[in-house]
Amino acid sequence: MSKHLVTATINGDEVDFTCHADQTLLEVLREDLQMTGTKNGCGSGDCGACTVILNGRPVNACLVLGAELDGAKIETIEGMGKGNELHPLQQKFLDHAALQCGICTPGFLTMAKALLDRNPDPTETEVRFALAGNLCRCTGYDKIVRAVIDAAADMRANQS
Amino acid sequence: MNEIKDAPKTNFKWVGHRTRRPDGPDKVTGRARYGDDMVLPGMLIGKVLRSPHAHAKILSIDTSKAEKLKGVKAVVTHKDIPDHPTIQPPYGPMISDMHDVSRNVMAREKVLYDGHPVAAVAATSERIARQALKLIKVEYKVLPHVMDPYDAAQPGAPVLHDDLFTHGIKPAPKKPSNVFRVVSTGRGDLEKGFAKADVIVEREFRTQPVHQGYIEPQALVVTTSEDGAVEIWTTTQGHFVIRALCARILKMDMAKIRVTASEIGGGFGGKNNIYAEPVAIRLSQKTGRPVRMVMTRREVFRGTGPASGTYSTIKMGAKKDGTITAAEGVIYNQAGAFKGSPVMRSIDSFFSSYTIPNAKTTAYDVCVNRPKVAAYRAPGAPMACLAAEMAINELAEKIGMDPIDMRMKNAVQDGGQSLAGVKYGRIGLNEVLTRAKNSVHYKSKLGPNQGRGFALGYWMHGGGLSSVSANLLDDGTVAIATGNPDIGGSRSSMRVMAAEELGVELETIKPIVADTGSMGYSHLTAGSRTTFATGLAVINSVREIIEKLRALAAKKWEIPVEDVTWEAGQAVTQRSGFEALTLKQLAGMATKMGGPIAGHSEINAGGAGAAFSAQIVDVEVDPETGFVSPTRYTVIQDVGRAISPDYVEGQMQGGAVQGIGWALNEEYIYDDKGRLQNAGFLDYRMPVASDVPMIDTIVVEVPNPNHPYGVRGVGEPPIVPAPAAVANAVENAIGVKAASLPLSPPKVLAMIEGKSGGD
Repeated sequence: MSKHLVTATINGDEVDFTCHADQTLLEVLREDLQMTGTKNGCGSGDCGACTVILNGRPVNACLVLGAELDGAKIETIEGMGKGNELHPLQQKFLDHAALQCGICTPGFLTMAKALLDRNPDPTETEVRFALAGNLCRCTGYDKIVRAVIDAAADMRANQS
Repeated sequence: MNEIKDAPKTNFKWVGHRTRRPDGPDKVTGRARYGDDMVLPGMLIGKVLRSPHAHAKILSIDTSKAEKLKGVKAVVTHKDIPDHPTIQPPYGPMISDMHDVSRNVMAREKVLYDGHPVAAVAATSERIARQALKLIKVEYKVLPHVMDPYDAAQPGAPVLHDDLFTHGIKPAPKKPSNVFRVVSTGRGDLEKGFAKADVIVEREFRTQPVHQGYIEPQALVVTTSEDGAVEIWTTTQGHFVIRALCARILKMDMAKIRVTASEIGGGFGGKNNIYAEPVAIRLSQKTGRPVRMVMTRREVFRGTGPASGTYSTIKMGAKKDGTITAAEGVIYNQAGAFKGSPVMRSIDSFFSSYTIPNAKTTAYDVCVNRPKVAAYRAPGAPMACLAAEMAINELAEKIGMDPIDMRMKNAVQDGGQSLAGVKYGRIGLNEVLTRAKNSVHYKSKLGPNQGRGFALGYWMHGGGLSSVSANLLDDGTVAIATGNPDIGGSRSSMRVMAAEELGVELETIKPIVADTGSMGYSHLTAGSRTTFATGLAVINSVREIIEKLRALAAKKWEIPVEDVTWEAGQAVTQRSGFEALTLKQLAGMATKMGGPIAGHSEINAGGAGAAFSAQIVDVEVDPETGFVSPTRYTVIQDVGRAISPDYVEGQMQGGAVQGIGWALNEEYIYDDKGRLQNAGFLDYRMPVASDVPMIDTIVVEVPNPNHPYGVRGVGEPPIVPAPAAVANAVENAIGVKAASLPLSPPKVLAMIEGKSGGD
């Protein structure tokens, strides 16, 4: 079975990869590109651990085919900070202890970033519904929701 | 036993402060390496073929076609796993029978549940491995199956093991059954106790098995060598236990197996066991190549252990003044396909919060055609707690007493004992109940269609075997190695305790989880034991370093060591003319003046003691759909001392939300052939962010006298009363008594419409 050649932009870098027609973006990232920051929790789009931002929208990487991504722009957890500087969401997750085991954290962070990109001032309810596709079994969500609201406030303050 | 006997301290530099976790940056950047993030050169992919039947005899397994597929490098069946004789009584509280464990890893004579492994392959790609599984032909003779623990315990039920005879009843049975053992405990005289009661409540409950729901599936990489050495990288709560079980099952030398615990993506008791490890070892040995095996989510649900589903009955009697005079609880715990459910914890968990003079509890350990149960956060406790706490709430209702007042009236006191007979030292139960009663939440008003629930949970913490090695480096930093995987923030608490002892900055300490080749034995990270037991070993190790530093300073100063004390991170002396020597200065001198400085400690820690968690929850029930929304939640818990308050709160919040899922939604759905129908997160419905409110925490600190900082343990108690508190809130919202969990919308709607009591 021949593979498709795909050229996409991942975290600002142009990346070439080949993949089978049935191979998902998650497999491409984790297995072929060794970008293991995007996590595999279910492979069926139910847990959100593999959330990445595709052309500005959050998607489950396990539900996107690699072969569809020619010319696409993909943002993953590896590109969230700038060099050694953490993104405000990453900072606030640390400040609020919004993670325990951490396996869901990359997915929550990318989903939260996608939320704040389109809604810089979300209510608690908006945060909870935006994150409802991401499962966390450790925290009970309390500290995650607080971290996102606090990060949003910080980002607004720094922009004005 | 613990070496440390000093009284808990009070003024701290680090303990009780909010500090960033040392594993945090790697986790928020995606850099942390979990089970599935390891790649080795030449690695093969292993996959498991699983039984499609709940109960069947294996007539034959033909792997020849799979072996011929291009890219397939090895196939493994039960023939590659040694057989073991079954263990004989007396049985301890933990059943670990290699006869069973080896059969759970790979079915031998029979398959005993949908998802039971029957064969495995290693191939050059996942795609080929999956193709190969389809080419393995297994001939089965399907047998009748049984899924419910009560049904399975009745005469005439299909029997899973024809060599299993019930232990703990007289006369000893002559026929095999599914009941492995019956255990009970108690005190006083039930008949007399019930005769004194003005009010008696009798109820029964069913709870469904629930999965731990860790987001990271089981994942491992194994590599083997021609000289018999084995290296395992796996996601586990106890890599020393993995080593021991693999060595015993495969009859290998333990020292030749080296296990490294990956970063762990959640466990909650579900990663205390082995599943694919011995199979991967065999696949790697057959091929001479590394083998990676990762479960799919479907495999996690079908093949790994949930908490026991249960059937329980409860009878409690009280006087009009609220004094509980007698109580009896009986519970059937499903063990799954092999014996060994947490029955000892169940019988201790009904009534151990109370001084009931006449009480008896009994538990049945029952095999059914489901995956072998595994520990799940406070194993065995929430189901027994549910029965007891629902009954106490109903008693309180009947005598017109506030439910917290009723608990206060019967609360066990310092020096009292658990139902199993363990004597309590200083406990924080009165403080927990008082804080609950006085909380803003408890005094608040409810809205329409809302109800408030209350329940109290108990957990007797574990101690056990822990090893720690602390190494002072010549720049004055300290590497702390423990043998316990960090599932709940233990690296943070280890670092805090080490920095506190040494009197230095947190950043000076680097905590790591070391592999089995580097450390003494360390038991599982489980039972809320790690901050207590491994923490004691950290304190011992660091104190050994401090002793050596005092000696070094004495040598440098040429004065007796008795004249040197360690204060705020430096060696000082009362003698005049000597300037204090800092940790950094002494570390720099060490190698030139005697050699490297390290401390280590290997202990069997005891004295963690009991802890109590009370929970208040408000729910709102949609009368048209039966959908239940928790609207307010408060967890009040005695933690002894919160070493890292953020992570203590996180444990309390996470445990409560797992309990919400247990109470409201989570259940396994099997078809009439015993095949699991909801093996995924879409249909096995765990709570999501929009399902729950903020979880308020009231951290009560009644220091444990058996730990220098007063630690008790914090992870297990918050789940214990949660299902009961939520179920009680639903009852109060709709005015109908519940008889089973989960209280999912169709069931609640039927209760509202008077069609059933939720049975």
